[in-house]
Amino acid sequence: MQQRTPIEEQIDLPFMESLRISFQSLKIRFGRSIITTAGITLGIAFLVSVWTNNEIGLALQESGRQSTINTFEETTEKGISTKDIWLIVMSLIVCVVGIANSMLMAVTERFREIGTMKCLGALDGFVVRLFLLESGFQGFSGALIGALIGTLGAVLLGLKDYGLDLFFYFPLLPAQPEDGTMRLGVLVVILLGCCLGMILAVIGSSFPAWRAAKLPPAEAMRTEV
Amino acid sequence: MADIVVKTEDVVKEYRMGSNVLRALDGINIEIERGEYISLMGPSGSGKSTLFNMIGALDTPTEGQVYIDGQNMSQLSQRQIAAFRCHRVGYIFQSYNLLHVRSAHGNVTLPMIFAGIPEKRRNEKAEELLDMVGLGDRMYHLPDELSGGQRQRVAIARALANDPSIVLADEPTANLDTVIGREIIDLIKSLNEEQGVTIISATHDLKMLDVSDRIVDIRDGLVERIRNREDIEIEVGEVGGH
Repeated sequence: MQQRTPIEEQIDLPFMESLRISFQSLKIRFGRSIITTAGITLGIAFLVSVWTNNEIGLALQESGRQSTINTFEETTEKGISTKDIWLIVMSLIVCVVGIANSMLMAVTERFREIGTMKCLGALDGFVVRLFLLESGFQGFSGALIGALIGTLGAVLLGLKDYGLDLFFYFPLLPAQPEDGTMRLGVLVVILLGCCLGMILAVIGSSFPAWRAAKLPPAEAMRTEV
Repeated sequence: MADIVVKTEDVVKEYRMGSNVLRALDGINIEIERGEYISLMGPSGSGKSTLFNMIGALDTPTEGQVYIDGQNMSQLSQRQIAAFRCHRVGYIFQSYNLLHVRSAHGNVTLPMIFAGIPEKRRNEKAEELLDMVGLGDRMYHLPDELSGGQRQRVAIARALANDPSIVLADEPTANLDTVIGREIIDLIKSLNEEQGVTIISATHDLKMLDVSDRIVDIRDGLVERIRNREDIEIEVGEVGGH
């Protein structure tokens, strides 16, 4: 038992220890983690499908092919239509709000846990790091699955509209057609989708976790959800 | 000279609720000696839990000072406060506050992880402590698979993980029935007697009376009176009847 000795400084935990605790936490609340991750997956799947669908449409327009179905629709006009921009922006908003919401909920219901960890001697930075790791992993896996589902959806839609021509003109890589506009290509869209999902998940989780970690433990533990 | 482990000087705590200011503590002065078993008593809303939080460095006073082991708590850095919570104090709560994603064993090892104790040593220590509180056969169960009394035992084992000199117990028996509550009180009392741990408990459980060395009655954010063990024994005889 220590008596009258000056109070020492709390040590930092090794990175591996944080990694182990965060994975354990994800594993044990697997069901809940899946729901949070599904929120990310859906958001990104929606965004990527709309975006990829648009890329496919543009690439096939340039190749001179026309949709076998939408023959009466704006096909005379080249490039991105206002409607497409509207759709992409809307899906982006849905995606941002959806992910932020599911991450916020997931952290808020753990305020008491954060307070308890601080009672046991956790540093604020450790708590934030734990949530950063957890949400980073959830964000990456959720967004990757979402991006793949979204692409698959867009490809299926494209097949319905353009038939097998789709594969001859598939806009996989970035391209710069003669009109000077820039085509991102499906790969870049997938990559952007993954990054966006991960960044949103990490911000959506670490920010409330950081705020909770700054609270005195008594206050964090009072929070009821 | 008495060995004072906790001392509060004119501790005031105010909570701001919109434009209203609620004064939960209105200038508390108490001294607690090493090895004492102290009960903070008072009706709900009296400020006893708030005082409990101040003593345990779980919240900061609006005015006044808290000294623990002669250290002014307001002068400690964040890292020192974390180390203080980790090494010097063990907390026991009314609602157990176990991490439900970690087993009983995992809950007990967590404070030792924060203290940087090597894995082998902390596993042994957790087993020892869980054995001591009578949970040797349920070590790897999750808190959700344990009864209320068992969860509180895990919390007690966890509170002792880093050999604290003070154990703070906030209504440890409030969610338990009389028999189990009695067992928990006896367990806490035995820590006090056998290991010399200072126990500071916020409670309104009358069963806690006869194990306390002193009782601090808190009312409206002030110390109403401090009763010694001798005075208490008489009263317990009276309340024992019902």
